[in-house]
Amino acid sequence: MTLEILINLAYVVAAGLFILGLKLLSHPSTARKGNLVSAVGMLVAVIVTLLDQHIISYHYIFIGVLIGGLYGAWKARSVQMTQMPEMVSLFNGFGGAASLLLGWATVSSMDSEVLASTHFFIFVTVLLTLLIGGVTFSGSVIAWGKLSGKLSSKALIFTGLRELSLLHIVAMAAVGFLFVNEPSNMLWLYCTIAIGLSFGLWATISIGGADMPVVIALLNSYSGIAASAAGLAVGNTILIVTGLLVGASGLILTNIMCKAMNRSLMNVLLSGFSKPVEQGEAISGEIKVLSAQDAFYVLEAAQAVLVVPGYGMAVAQAQHAVRELHILLEENGCTVDYAIHAVAGRMPGHMNVLLAEADVPYDQLYEMDDVNPRMENYDVAIVIGANDVVNPAAKEMKGSPIYGMPVIEAYRAKTVFVLKRSANAGFAGVDNPLFFRENTRMILGDAKDTINSLIREFGD
Amino acid sequence: METIYLLFIVLLAAFLGFELIRKVPATLHTPLMSGSNAISGITLVGALTASGAGSSTLTTILGTTAVALASINVVGGYLVTDRMLGMFKKKDNS
Repeated sequence: MTLEILINLAYVVAAGLFILGLKLLSHPSTARKGNLVSAVGMLVAVIVTLLDQHIISYHYIFIGVLIGGLYGAWKARSVQMTQMPEMVSLFNGFGGAASLLLGWATVSSMDSEVLASTHFFIFVTVLLTLLIGGVTFSGSVIAWGKLSGKLSSKALIFTGLRELSLLHIVAMAAVGFLFVNEPSNMLWLYCTIAIGLSFGLWATISIGGADMPVVIALLNSYSGIAASAAGLAVGNTILIVTGLLVGASGLILTNIMCKAMNRSLMNVLLSGFSKPVEQGEAISGEIKVLSAQDAFYVLEAAQAVLVVPGYGMAVAQAQHAVRELHILLEENGCTVDYAIHAVAGRMPGHMNVLLAEADVPYDQLYEMDDVNPRMENYDVAIVIGANDVVNPAAKEMKGSPIYGMPVIEAYRAKTVFVLKRSANAGFAGVDNPLFFRENTRMILGDAKDTINSLIREFGD
Repeated sequence: METIYLLFIVLLAAFLGFELIRKVPATLHTPLMSGSNAISGITLVGALTASGAGSSTLTTILGTTAVALASINVVGGYLVTDRMLGMFKKKDNS
């Protein structure tokens, strides 16, 4: 009895440490300490759990922790910052799978007597764990595949998608009811798991690459909710509390991402169904191409430069070259700011991490709303691998699919350089009138090569 | 009665979570996500008991697999978040 009290007290301490850790995470200067505090909380929770008298054999635990720990450590050391979206996605999936298996183990550990005497509330929570865990796992694996290029990042759309979704929801309710009613019948358990996995699979496969920031944030939230549901199932308060902290965090990020695209969550999740919006007016005009050498002359004379990075910077691994150019510009007496749109890249905060990796100080990174009011002050806005987040069509063209999305108004800067591989439409398949503006100059080619040639010009 | 207590905890933890995370700046959104990956590895605590309680073979297998998966999240999540946060610098220090 006293041991049980001790364990629960330690859980209270651990929960406090998690909360403190998250609180410290709200500022870049204390964030690293916050992460450490949170890790100590986890250590406390794990150690006291090992004291539990129900645990009679430790060798399987040891094997599991060893395998998982080694793989996790290797992954954390070897991952490149440009690959963070797929790593977070994969980890969301592992979290979902762990909760699913724990839910399953809860039922499989009960013999028929216990099964009969257990309150149905427990089976409802097991059901939730299995479904949410399954959706999280299969959804995350698909998201991981899309982000790492193993699957096509295009939205896979086919007729009957809406019917399939309704079918899944009806089937979830039906099989769920049967499972809770008759938990001893393994068939219902397997059906529940299968439906959860299948739902996550198709729901993610019908979402396109540009919407991935929303999907990752949502799956992040699900992985926490699954842990929380598992906590209800096994009656462990620390799982409930910490799972919900993660769930809340993911939901907030999801909300921020949706707002940044001016779309509702349902619209993103069901985008596969909507018909393409008819183009109001065809965009045409002349593209003015500039050579790197001419671009250098403009930059050399510039007093204030704004860099607007997008996913293309990550693909080209151009962040270090950007930093090098940044230093050269500053030495030339020019100020350099960065404008980061919330959905630039493939996950929340993707650009910030890449620039941090390249040693760009975080206090030179600005959000859209900080930069837009003083856009006229910038002599040059350099758009690197971004397209939709600087697209003036979002403000001006009612027919555009992204109409209404808040964008970085780079076109209001005195000159705009657009670094782009070719003059095709961007990821969302939306034409960008910015390219045809009077003050826009396109510098075609690989972003990294372009910036490197600018750097060379500075050297001469 | 215990169910009611659990639901109370659910309610309070959800509100607390929203209040805490709302203040995290956009710059730190990626570390926040990898950090919450690590925290969601708390499933490990539940899985430990399932793995070591010595019940049926199936339960042990399921529990041990859950332990391994959750350990990936815990260890990998905290390490990668630390690595990332170590890169964030203010202008003065650079």
